[in-house]
Amino acid sequence: MPIETTVNGKAVSINAEPDTPLLWALREDLGLTGTKFGCGIAACGACSVHVDGEITRSCSVPVSEVAGKSVTTIEGLSAPDGTLHKVQQAWIDAQVPQCGYCQSGQIMAAVALIKATGTPSAAQVDEAMTNICRCGTYPRIRKAILAATGQAATAVEGAA
Amino acid sequence: MMGVKRRAFLVGSAALMGGGLFAVYWGDNSARKRAVELTAKGKDGSFLGWMKIGEDDIVTVYSPHIDFGQGSQTALAQMLADELDADWSKVKVEHAPADPAFANSALGRGFISDMVGYPGVAAAMPASFISMMARSMNLQTTGGSSAVRFTGQHGMRVVGAAARAALVAEAADRLKVPATELTTLDSRVIHAKSNKSLRYGELAQAAAGRSLNSNAKLKDRKEFRYIGQGVQRLDIPAKVDGSAIYGIDFTLPDMRVATIMMAPVRDGKLTSVDPAPAMAVNGVEKVIKLDDAVVVIAKGYWQATKGLQALAPKFTDGGHGNLSTASIFAAQDKLNATGAKLTAPAGGKVLTGDYKAPFLHQAMMEPFALTAHHKDGRLDIWGGLQDPLAARMMAAESAGLDAGDVMFHPMIMGGGFGRRFPPYSQIIDQIAKIAMQVPYPVKLIWSREEELKHGAYRPQVAAGLQAGLGSNKRMTGWTSDYAQFDDAGAEATVPYTIPNFEARHHEYISNQVNAYWRSVNASQHGFFNESFVDELAHEAGEDPYQFRRNHLKAGSRQLLVLDTVAQRSGWGKPLPEGHALGIAMVESFGTIVAEVVEASVNEDGTPKIHKAWAVVDCGTTVNPLNAAAQIEGGIIMGLSAAIGEQINIDKGVVVESNFSDYPILKLADAPDVDVHFIESGAKMGGIGEPGLPPAAPALANALFALTGKRIRQLPILNQVKA
Repeated sequence: MPIETTVNGKAVSINAEPDTPLLWALREDLGLTGTKFGCGIAACGACSVHVDGEITRSCSVPVSEVAGKSVTTIEGLSAPDGTLHKVQQAWIDAQVPQCGYCQSGQIMAAVALIKATGTPSAAQVDEAMTNICRCGTYPRIRKAILAATGQAATAVEGAA
Repeated sequence: MMGVKRRAFLVGSAALMGGGLFAVYWGDNSARKRAVELTAKGKDGSFLGWMKIGEDDIVTVYSPHIDFGQGSQTALAQMLADELDADWSKVKVEHAPADPAFANSALGRGFISDMVGYPGVAAAMPASFISMMARSMNLQTTGGSSAVRFTGQHGMRVVGAAARAALVAEAADRLKVPATELTTLDSRVIHAKSNKSLRYGELAQAAAGRSLNSNAKLKDRKEFRYIGQGVQRLDIPAKVDGSAIYGIDFTLPDMRVATIMMAPVRDGKLTSVDPAPAMAVNGVEKVIKLDDAVVVIAKGYWQATKGLQALAPKFTDGGHGNLSTASIFAAQDKLNATGAKLTAPAGGKVLTGDYKAPFLHQAMMEPFALTAHHKDGRLDIWGGLQDPLAARMMAAESAGLDAGDVMFHPMIMGGGFGRRFPPYSQIIDQIAKIAMQVPYPVKLIWSREEELKHGAYRPQVAAGLQAGLGSNKRMTGWTSDYAQFDDAGAEATVPYTIPNFEARHHEYISNQVNAYWRSVNASQHGFFNESFVDELAHEAGEDPYQFRRNHLKAGSRQLLVLDTVAQRSGWGKPLPEGHALGIAMVESFGTIVAEVVEASVNEDGTPKIHKAWAVVDCGTTVNPLNAAAQIEGGIIMGLSAAIGEQINIDKGVVVESNFSDYPILKLADAPDVDVHFIESGAKMGGIGEPGLPPAAPALANALFALTGKRIRQLPILNQVKA
């Protein structure tokens, strides 16, 4: 039985076994490879997507659980005309990514945080942003979140 | 002559575009000669292609270095574009293909011996620009913080300047004016007198046919327009919208997905496996037995994983079933104990300290993944590795094919940090053997668990340090006895003036793969040495910053770096209750870095880091914005490892399995970093690695200042718990 769901605003029918993690259904059945595999145990957050607006680590959610729900991936974040989401733009302005592999998940987590809090406090950022970045881009992630919520300039320190 | 074919291809495609191509062909006689000496079947034709200009003025720079996050591709393009006087908005950069014509296979094979000895590759780089280009283009090695300081300085800038000179010469002929009356700006050659100008795009094809001058004059520092500017990285837009395609994302029609289980004890062999339980899993198509592993191929990764989990393979332990972390340290301590004892200086004393560092995993975020397709006698492989050419050679050997029948298509990498050097990347051999057994394309993905348990680790090292301390509070001598697989060379030294300094390597080999981890040996030895210097400072009753100062030459770059970090961090000023600063300085890859860490102790006894400062002298920064990112990232990776990372071995098997028990520092625990560069103009040093080594000792020294507890073994965990 195909699983009927909505991904990035489009109704889709996924022909995967019900226990397939949402991550692999997105990547292999729908070809949405912006969502990454990092650990498979919901420890790193590289696979973060939104399910009905909630931040979700897709490696540990069976695809059957999103039947009838709305899934948003990194590919669905920008406006239909291609304009980047303000968080994506803040990521460019602050020159956050290095290898970039974790950044889809980081951005999805930041978008969910900002949606939930409006202007998150430093403590809320610390609490919500638990995705792993091995390149160590955390200081710039913090700056980008502040910039995206009008709390700080986008300038990156260090070029002194 | 493969090189000629490549040239024909590039010129052909350039002609199609109506533009010109600067494929700079400087043969490398010395390297070729050496390759012939090293290999029986030396082939002629080592040519280099670095850049092309289209009729539309688009400048495409071919980078021989692979991107795994370090941003060097943008810096390389900046260097070439600066000398070329190109319009930056029309510059793009691509990976140089691991193409048989780009790469002389005989040369590549000959240099594999050097590659195994990395970072010997970087250290042994011949000074001459031609040899340098041949080696970087032919080997395509990325590592040793070498891209900008070697390829950029000796390759990209020279090519940019030579191409600019050829464009000017072509314009002079067309405008019938002396070349000396021409200037260049934003991809145009300008004749101010007549108010005429020509676009590079309209000159390029003819200019590329002119002879190129490898001694074209390079710009002076004050003439730089792009070098030294914090321009935005060219690769970042595709990394914020999910469109960047990494090796693990690559897909082909009819592709299957495989996953693997290797012998739990390294060097163990597969003795038996009944494939039936896997074959019963929906979607599983094949079970393949390798010498030391079992592979399940299925329609997708999840089905392959379920199939693999259904199997009960039996493996031998390869005779290593007794190996443990403790047994390795015990063997290393025994070796170190054979080192001669230091005698105390008159009126002074000798201090000793035994230090230990665990195996570490690079834990790059993208697990190993390669895709391969064997069809019509040809094997194509797609994915990210730190040396595409070597990967191609190894795959050819595993598949039993001629190197010319194997193509490796390099893709961007989700981190590397030393893990993705082909000699340690077992996945090359595995994918080649798997692909030869199936008619369809297949992507092999390692689970995170397989990756952590079968890594190519930073070596586990034990060191016995001794130093003499004179009555004048000066170090009178220093010996370090350390046991690990390789000689750490300069990375075991310190930046201070100490008479009779000696680092003695004791070779210790286990069955574990000892590889390279960001900053190579500078991270372990930087921790040992800079912690021990701190011990000596406290023993001497001196401030750790002043004690270091007293062992540096007046007017030296090192002293300026140290003084600057002390000044920026407010060293000596009052701090909040329960906070302390620690300081450390390590010189690696030609770059001097001093760091200060402000720390306190959490209730559970683990360290809490509040802020970090780094002062860096790498000579010249090409892109300060990205260079700062590399330093920030290096410090955070160094702190992460220092606090909690370790790979342990018990009964021959790696204990840790995933991020659940191999903890990586997260945002809440990562400090903001104040990064400051001293633009000394000295010989250019690396930037990707040197930020890391001072982090661990700076933190450990701060914890000593706070608690009086000296950390001599990493990770720190809760060792300073009250």
